[in-house]
Amino acid sequence: MPSPASPSALTAAPTDTLPDGPDVPDGELVLVEDPVRPPPTPEESLAARLGAALRDAGASGRRFVRAVADDPVSAVRSLAEPLGLDPDAAAEELTAFLRSRVQGDYPVDAFGFDVELTELVFLPLLRPLVRSWFRVELRGAENLPTTGPALLVSNHAGAFPLDGMVLHTVVFDEIGRHPRMLGADLIFSTPFSADLARKTGTTLACPEDAERLLRAGELVSVFPEGFKGLGKRFADRYKLQRFGRGGFVSTAVRASVPIVPVSIVGSEEIYPVLGRLPTLARALGWPYFPLTPTFPWLGPLGAVPLPSKWVIEVGEAIATDELPPGAADDPMVVFDVTDQVRETIQQTLYTLLMQRRGTFF
Amino acid sequence: MATTPTVLVTGVSRSLAARFARAAAADTVCEVIGVDMTPPRDDLGRATFVRADIRSPAIAKVVQGRGVDTVVHMAIVATPAGESGRASARETAKEINVIGTMQLLAACQRAATFRKLVVQSSVSVYGASPRDPAAFTEEDSARVQPRTGFGHDAIEIESYVRGFGRRRPDVVVTTLRLATLLGAGVDSRLARYLSLPVVPRVLGFDARLQLLHPDDAVRALELVVREDLPGTFNVAAPDVVTLSQAIRRMGRPTVGVPRGSAPLVASLFRSWRAADFSADQIDALTYGRVMDTSRFTEAGFVPCRSTAEALAEFVATAQPGLLSAERVEGAAGAVARFAERADRRADRHAARRAGRA
Repeated sequence: MPSPASPSALTAAPTDTLPDGPDVPDGELVLVEDPVRPPPTPEESLAARLGAALRDAGASGRRFVRAVADDPVSAVRSLAEPLGLDPDAAAEELTAFLRSRVQGDYPVDAFGFDVELTELVFLPLLRPLVRSWFRVELRGAENLPTTGPALLVSNHAGAFPLDGMVLHTVVFDEIGRHPRMLGADLIFSTPFSADLARKTGTTLACPEDAERLLRAGELVSVFPEGFKGLGKRFADRYKLQRFGRGGFVSTAVRASVPIVPVSIVGSEEIYPVLGRLPTLARALGWPYFPLTPTFPWLGPLGAVPLPSKWVIEVGEAIATDELPPGAADDPMVVFDVTDQVRETIQQTLYTLLMQRRGTFF
Repeated sequence: MATTPTVLVTGVSRSLAARFARAAAADTVCEVIGVDMTPPRDDLGRATFVRADIRSPAIAKVVQGRGVDTVVHMAIVATPAGESGRASARETAKEINVIGTMQLLAACQRAATFRKLVVQSSVSVYGASPRDPAAFTEEDSARVQPRTGFGHDAIEIESYVRGFGRRRPDVVVTTLRLATLLGAGVDSRLARYLSLPVVPRVLGFDARLQLLHPDDAVRALELVVREDLPGTFNVAAPDVVTLSQAIRRMGRPTVGVPRGSAPLVASLFRSWRAADFSADQIDALTYGRVMDTSRFTEAGFVPCRSTAEALAEFVATAQPGLLSAERVEGAAGAVARFAERADRRADRHAARRAGRA
């Protein structure tokens, strides 16, 4: 039996099997001097590869459907083997997981963080989005603190807090720590979002919770722009909004933990906010009603984010333990550090934007 | 003057106060007097019962006449006792909570021998809202203050107690904010709610629950009676279970109720006398609330039972639910047996057919 979804089907197809595209008219083609086929330009090869991969996937998909119809159990087994999975062990693991879920027998912490669910369900669901859709590139990974408490501070955009989830996935995959996000109270008063947020480690953005997490030695991530950042118009992308009142800085200073600036490029294009309909937003109790090229016109399809290419750059940590005692209550110090963090992120964003060739590649 | 210390416990017709009175009378040399309007159902052990209404000035006679030096105030009613006539039951509860506390404190203030006041308060003082931090310390107050119900009463009680502390600085005043009690045989709102055959739950929220085993509550009270620990303390097991976990461990199916219609559903259940929930309790079961217990831990109290253990004990003694572990296993076994039988029947058929041919 052929292995239907073998990984090779999705990787590069040999170039000599490429079909002649419509842009290669017969006979008229003037070849370059070199009789040897020139190395394909990146666009050509990409398009060709994509076409071949789609064709292969289609063919193997049909084979796969036929195989599943013939004998479902062995089809699933043959699918599991090339992926290096032991179907019996996996089934047992799944049963155990489902059993513990049905019986409510799993730990959550005082914030409601369900590590098991996050690692086994939430992050695996996000990974394809992070790796294949946004193709997130992480720079400065060495600046991510592998031990001890730290505060990750990042820019925020995109009408929907996907950037927080993406950052969570990337940081966890890189250093194996869960950044605990701080969210606005709207998240916790909204059904389902409240449940999901707590289970994936988010808690309310208030000094008490931030300090509690930092004292426990956790990695905390915060988006000080808040809703002003999320709802900023497409025209204002990559222009940082006000960084709150510097509450995150005084919390970090009080706990004397380092502040790590994180700059995310790409998140600001996933849902281009064209308008915000303040009246409708007020009626719904939302901070804004995003009008994007696809939302609300396409209904649920409007929720599909644009596949922009993301770059996440982690900057060098800003130490706060050398500040004099009582600095957390000194507004001058707090504003200075807030500005420093904000400027670092803004400058990094500009640098990354200069290097970027295109929004989607 | 009395040579043995005398402890007065109010509200002993309720089971936690009765258990505490019995425990305090058993293992110390002090004399324990239990006070309530109705005789206790539980055994008070060596403690003596005095029938008195704390809402009337008669309580002063008991406090002064018996030379009481410690008062443990536990006549605090979250559940209106008589389920008949809901509005009046709530009114009575409020009167016991607020007027009762005022009278008791007035009586204590005049008693010369009096030197310690222990007040049972509740996690309800913190309210529950989406704007609250994940865990409350003793310094925190509710971001959204409970305006009605037991939470409001508890806040008022604590404010009277604080006032008393200011007027009598020589008295050691300890307030214990107890988490929701759960354990074997506990009859409370939460217990009745979790025991419903199908549990309604606010859709899209999963409250964090923090529990306290009654044994630990009694131990906490004994500690603060034995030792002088002035101030306010959160008393709870440090760990947390979510409401969905609790319901699943009970083996109950749930039905999601949109938040807007939760009060309506609660009033329906109230009229069926199945469960009784006020607005502040619905909030607690929607947004959840957790207390930071580090201050009491530092003062020397470590609960013996975790939240999970308290819940497990309750589950073990409760009626098994529709989806309880045993029933699910049993159903799976039945399906397997049925499949086996069907297999055997098919085999027999095949054999018969082969024999005919």
